[in-house]
Amino acid sequence: MARGIDKSPTGIDGFDELTLGGLPTGRPTLVCGSAGCGKTLFASTFLVNGIRDYGEPGVFVTFEERPVDIVSNVASLGFSVGDLVDDGKLVLEHISLDPSELAEIGDYDLEGLFLRLELAIDQIGAKRIVLDTIESLFSAFQNPAVLRAEIRRLFDWLKDKGMTTVITGERGDGSLTRQGLEEYVSDCVILLDHRVHNQISTRRLRIVKYRGTAHGTNEYPFLIDRDGFSVLPVSSLGLDHKVFEERISSGIPDLDKMLEGGGFHRASSILLSGVAGSGKSTIAASFIDAACRAGERAVYFSFEESAAQAVRNMRSIGLDLKAHLDRDVLRYFATRPTFYSLEMHLAVMLREIIRFKPSLVVLDPISAFMGSGERLEVQAMLLRMVDSLKAHGVTAVFTHLMHSADGNQETDAGLSSLMDAWVLLLNREIGGEFNRELYLLKARGTAHSNQVREFIMTADGITLAPPYIGDGKALTGSARRAQEARDRRDEMIRQRDIAQANEQIEHRRRQTRMQIETLQAELEADEAALRTAGDAERTYLEQAQADQADMKKSRRL
Amino acid sequence: MTNTQTTAVVPIKLVLYVAGQTPKSTAAIENLRRICDEHLPGQYTVEVIDLRLQPHLAREHNIVAIPTLVRELPTPMRKIIGDLSDQEKVLVHLKVGG
Repeated sequence: MARGIDKSPTGIDGFDELTLGGLPTGRPTLVCGSAGCGKTLFASTFLVNGIRDYGEPGVFVTFEERPVDIVSNVASLGFSVGDLVDDGKLVLEHISLDPSELAEIGDYDLEGLFLRLELAIDQIGAKRIVLDTIESLFSAFQNPAVLRAEIRRLFDWLKDKGMTTVITGERGDGSLTRQGLEEYVSDCVILLDHRVHNQISTRRLRIVKYRGTAHGTNEYPFLIDRDGFSVLPVSSLGLDHKVFEERISSGIPDLDKMLEGGGFHRASSILLSGVAGSGKSTIAASFIDAACRAGERAVYFSFEESAAQAVRNMRSIGLDLKAHLDRDVLRYFATRPTFYSLEMHLAVMLREIIRFKPSLVVLDPISAFMGSGERLEVQAMLLRMVDSLKAHGVTAVFTHLMHSADGNQETDAGLSSLMDAWVLLLNREIGGEFNRELYLLKARGTAHSNQVREFIMTADGITLAPPYIGDGKALTGSARRAQEARDRRDEMIRQRDIAQANEQIEHRRRQTRMQIETLQAELEADEAALRTAGDAERTYLEQAQADQADMKKSRRL
Repeated sequence: MTNTQTTAVVPIKLVLYVAGQTPKSTAAIENLRRICDEHLPGQYTVEVIDLRLQPHLAREHNIVAIPTLVRELPTPMRKIIGDLSDQEKVLVHLKVGG
């Protein structure tokens, strides 16, 4: 079995991915679960999709429900059974068993069943067959030994005929099915489950066994809604997603400027955490607005506000979400956290994401889940969400409500390690007023400002006031304005002082210069006097010589 | 193989469904013939249907197990499955009111 076995796609959302192709072709698959867990719907979907999408006619053998019930069941999937039957694509084989009118005397077999199945199969050249629920045979016939032998023979026979078979079975105590059907089906066993935990019900699907192929082994949530049956394989994701160099705008130019490169990386996960009223949703809406304006699609999952409420609230800061909703570039889903289980939330969100293919997704707020699940479960769910979004190249914006203003540790559930960027929103009381502040706590792979910026919401949008830098501290709000005014005053005084000092120096320079001139003049006067004295000396000496000569001459020496 | 007795007050109409010449089928046919001949002479009609040849009748008459003996008359209809090896039981089920 080097290449693995052939598989027949079921066309059930997610299931074929999970099983890497569908159910084993030409082999029986057992689908078991308790009452009302969706076995029959799974089987009918498998059959109807086979007819519609894969050109494989099918036989639906029902032992329980009247054909009318099956017809309405299939009609709920949006198909008319009548049309399918008329087209020769589907045969409904109703095998009614009424134990009250039967007596067993001696040895028997179920050849009649075989003949009927053969007839139905040959009638339309069926490739797929559903036996729902074959265990009913056990209540109609009393000889289990015969039944077991016949069921084993039936499965072998169906295998020989190359029928891709779905057998449904009711969940038993301590075993997968009441009658141990799993013993006869060695190829593929699927377990459907319907559990209620904390008053929230979740449907789960698990592949118990799938011979000869790789498959996901976890329990996967599945959903039955107006779109039929969908399985949501949410944890089959690794860390091998593509990375983007591209930057996206947060819709707040000042915030983008705080990041080197002018924005957050595409497909990164961004956490906006803050206390109540710190502007988390507003920033998230701003991301949405930016994406929609850039011609991309966005999805907003809110667990607190309705769409109408968000539209109204965001209009107050100049964001027109309505326009985006109307153009269908934005989808807004509002659900209460308690509406589904965590897994189901995740699953539903992922389904919408896969369908709508947005480039940006907002979850507002993820802290809402903390109340509806264990911390680890919440973390696991978010991890899967982050991974899935990354795998789809979707930028994720999560908001998180912190309960204390100072506690980074409060932003819990190990969220930090999941997030590529973390914007911390603070709401701090200083001097009798609260001011919103924004701080980029982390941004993987991007140099970013380390400043706490004041975050101001106006009718024209969001701005981040330039940080007041000086005196070695950052100030916000009135304190910032007061400090700025004080600084301006100080500056004026300083300017004046400098001017004064300048004047004084100039004055002194002038004085000094005058003194220098006076001294110079004195020096010159002295030098003049000296020169005069020298001249006199020379004249005197000359005169003295002359006088001496005259004296000599007169004495006649 | 059809045996008819027009004088029967309560005619018993029996249909035996078999599939081919399997041991169970032939045993059922033989057992039924013996029982009817011995205990219900002239009160019954028996039709044997081979579903191998007419499989659509299995659907029409809702036959699952082989062999199946159907007492169509008198009403209510009764079904016996098996090779009819227990003569007493067969008679109990075939006779009206036991």
